[in-house]
Amino acid sequence: MRTKANTWTARALIGASVLFILVMLALPLAMILSEALHAGWSAYWKAISDSYTLKAAHLTLTATAAAVVLNAVFGLAAAWAITRFEFPGKRLLTTIIDIPFAVSPVIAGLVFILTFGRLGWMNPILTAYDIKIVFATPGIVIATVFITFPFVAREIIPVLEARGNDEEQAAALMGAGFFTIFRKITFPHIRWALLYSVILCTARAMGEFGAVSVVSGHLRGKTNTLPLHVEILYNEYQFTAAFAVASLLAAAAIVILVARNIVEYMVKKEDGGHVR
Amino acid sequence: MYVELRGINKHFGAYQASRDVSFGIEEGNLAALLGPSGSGKTTILRMIAGLESPDSGDIFIDGARVNDLPSSKRGIGFVFQNYALFRYMTVFDNIGFGLSVQKTPRAELAARVEELLRLIGMEGMERRYPAQLSGGQKQRVAFARALAPNPRLLLLDEPFAAIDAKVRQGLRSWLRGMISRLGLTSIFVTHDQAEAIEVADEIIVTNAGRVEQKGRPVELYKSPATPFVARFVGDSAPIGDIGRLKGFDGADADVSGVVSGAIRPEFIKIFAPGESVQCESAVEAAVVESVIFRGDALEVSLILKDTRLSARYPLEKETIAAGQKIRALVYCLYAFEGGRTRLLHNACLGRQHDAYSYSI
Amino acid sequence: MKTRLKNKTIPGFGLSLGITMAFVSMVVLIPMFSIVLQSSALGWSGFWKTVFDARVLASYRVSFLCSFIAASLNCFFGVMLAWVLSRYRFPGRRIIDGMIELPFALPTAVAGIALTALYSGKGWVGAFFADLDIKIAYTPAGITIALTFIGLPFIVRAVQPVLEQLDPVYEEAGRMLGASPARIFRSVILPEIVPALLTGFGLAFARALGEYGSVIFIAGNMPFKTEIAPLIIMSKLEQFNYGEATAVALTMLMASFVIMFCINVVQSRAARFVKE
Repeated sequence: MRTKANTWTARALIGASVLFILVMLALPLAMILSEALHAGWSAYWKAISDSYTLKAAHLTLTATAAAVVLNAVFGLAAAWAITRFEFPGKRLLTTIIDIPFAVSPVIAGLVFILTFGRLGWMNPILTAYDIKIVFATPGIVIATVFITFPFVAREIIPVLEARGNDEEQAAALMGAGFFTIFRKITFPHIRWALLYSVILCTARAMGEFGAVSVVSGHLRGKTNTLPLHVEILYNEYQFTAAFAVASLLAAAAIVILVARNIVEYMVKKEDGGHVR
Repeated sequence: MYVELRGINKHFGAYQASRDVSFGIEEGNLAALLGPSGSGKTTILRMIAGLESPDSGDIFIDGARVNDLPSSKRGIGFVFQNYALFRYMTVFDNIGFGLSVQKTPRAELAARVEELLRLIGMEGMERRYPAQLSGGQKQRVAFARALAPNPRLLLLDEPFAAIDAKVRQGLRSWLRGMISRLGLTSIFVTHDQAEAIEVADEIIVTNAGRVEQKGRPVELYKSPATPFVARFVGDSAPIGDIGRLKGFDGADADVSGVVSGAIRPEFIKIFAPGESVQCESAVEAAVVESVIFRGDALEVSLILKDTRLSARYPLEKETIAAGQKIRALVYCLYAFEGGRTRLLHNACLGRQHDAYSYSI
Repeated sequence: MKTRLKNKTIPGFGLSLGITMAFVSMVVLIPMFSIVLQSSALGWSGFWKTVFDARVLASYRVSFLCSFIAASLNCFFGVMLAWVLSRYRFPGRRIIDGMIELPFALPTAVAGIALTALYSGKGWVGAFFADLDIKIAYTPAGITIALTFIGLPFIVRAVQPVLEQLDPVYEEAGRMLGASPARIFRSVILPEIVPALLTGFGLAFARALGEYGSVIFIAGNMPFKTEIAPLIIMSKLEQFNYGEATAVALTMLMASFVIMFCINVVQSRAARFVKE
């Protein structure tokens, strides 16, 4: 039960916390806005509507959408397999699924270069079929998928595990097929967890930098995502433009935060449970 | 009075938990706050402890007003319903916590903890953690922890509610004995009237935030002050209109209008078939509804003039069975009039008798 | 026997497991296998030579030290924030609570340039310290601040639920035994939150070790001084020095796995005390 801050200790703690948040979180956001508008609105607009920026935005959205869809499908499949059945190696599987969490983004990028790059061991197969992965869009997509791999599975598995098998078993015994069971029985219970994890996944995918930086080759207009574009502009000392593009991403981040809070509120309201 | 409450009121939102509560407890007494769930007894206990503040009224401990004194300074030992043992501390550290707060020197602290461990019969267990203890053991450790800093008042919140029924009986007697030995003024909260009757020196009956009666268990049982106490303490069966019973109607019984009442099992005599009967004019016809064997007697549920009553029937007499028609005599009953309780005797019996001098 | 029956009641076993294994293989197993392949190509002597190279060792030191300090700072502030958010009512509480995940939602590159601008000699905070002759950006201090930023949510969100769900009874018991609020915090509350705190610390530490995007802008990237390990991997990659990049990556991976393992140990040991 929350109380009003009555004692001096309470007020001091609150004050220190608010100060910490202001300095650590609010100031950087304010900085982005300030630098972005440094040269005025027209310069801002020019930076945003620049064709390279737009192409980068397009690539970011494509990679994000692909990653979200693929990981949602994977997450649901994995959650279904793990929580509804018994098979040997389940714990190993969950650990493997968690691996991308423990791996630094740069290492993730390295791994894909080693596999699909020019000197990678899969290269002969790829050149034979003329598939380009690294230094091309597919590489960016797969790197993003890797980074966000566990998100959906990790959110949905606990929800399904807590609920137990009973309803699905009952429906199966009555003859319902897989898609019916999934759609009518399982899905309603996990829709908020799914939405929540999709939001998290989107945020991470849009913001991914390290892994994508390694596999992309930084080809402007071709293999540049928005975060990479920010880096290029910054390294070229085009600070205002860099911050202008950054402000787009920051705005997206805020929208994502708000969406996340709303979904968390809906989850709490619906069944008193909480999504992390 | 060692502990005294005067005019205490407390509400939570729209809900009135305590209404004008006033009572006193003498030093060295073990008092029970007895009442149904939601009657406000735990609220009273927590207000004495300082865990809640009353909206109005005063609380005195040993003559001093403690309303504005924080819990940590009231010198009260508190035993919680679910023990509240510190999970990450050993039994030793739990018991010694209050002493550690008082900055007791290490040797003295250890000696006192050992003494208490002997008291609760758990020597050798000081290194265990609460998760490794049974319910009864946890309760004893909670008790020792509350006693360690030598409190002047001991408060217990439904101390046996979370314990297995089998263990409960033993723990109850043990606690009763322990508190008597220490001579510590204690108040415990319970909803179990059998427990209150067995353990307490005096009982304070609460109902809907009010104190209904305070007195020794025997007094509450024999002379209930309000209908609620008559019904709550000990067994009794309610009756809607006592005037319908022979011997309680009319001017003889001093009743006017429809008066409700309650009848304890021992107020009814069931006559065996063929047994000679006292007071022929007041004997009623009744039908046996069920008979339950209670070990030392039969508990008979009977329907008398459309009212279900409960009575006891000795094993030595000829057995009676469900459905049988019998004759019963109501010696006396409690009459509830204008919020008061009166013990009325059946008119045909002539002089006033103490209700408990009749034999079954 | 029972397993097979169970797996046949609810439909979709084959499908879900199939999808799961396909994804896991393509996204995680095969790419990670490349690391094994590549490192065996390097050979033991090559591995040791790379990993114990002075510059690489310096980068480990920078990464580990800054990550550790950042995670520790977050322990302190994280507990304070969790406490304040769960115990008190004050204006702006909801907003701050919603903002905690900003470091997760904001792309790392965006955070990187914002923090650099903020703490550089001409930035809002940097200028203040420059007057005192203290440099923040382009020093290990700057790295530490960036790592504190990205690790902030881990500890707050690990400790907050524990505090919110802590039964008030324990604190009441402490009060009745005469303890002051400070003593109650130290003896009763702190032990309860230590497991969550350690978990959060581990996660923040692991994340900070592998962090790239938010650090490379503010670090200055001077070898031996402010060069972090992920950057070394990146530069070796750019020089097509795959072998050495892999060697460094392997050591970092091992460190991450050790941390993850320790977190698991902490969690299972803590569970022993809480058994009811």
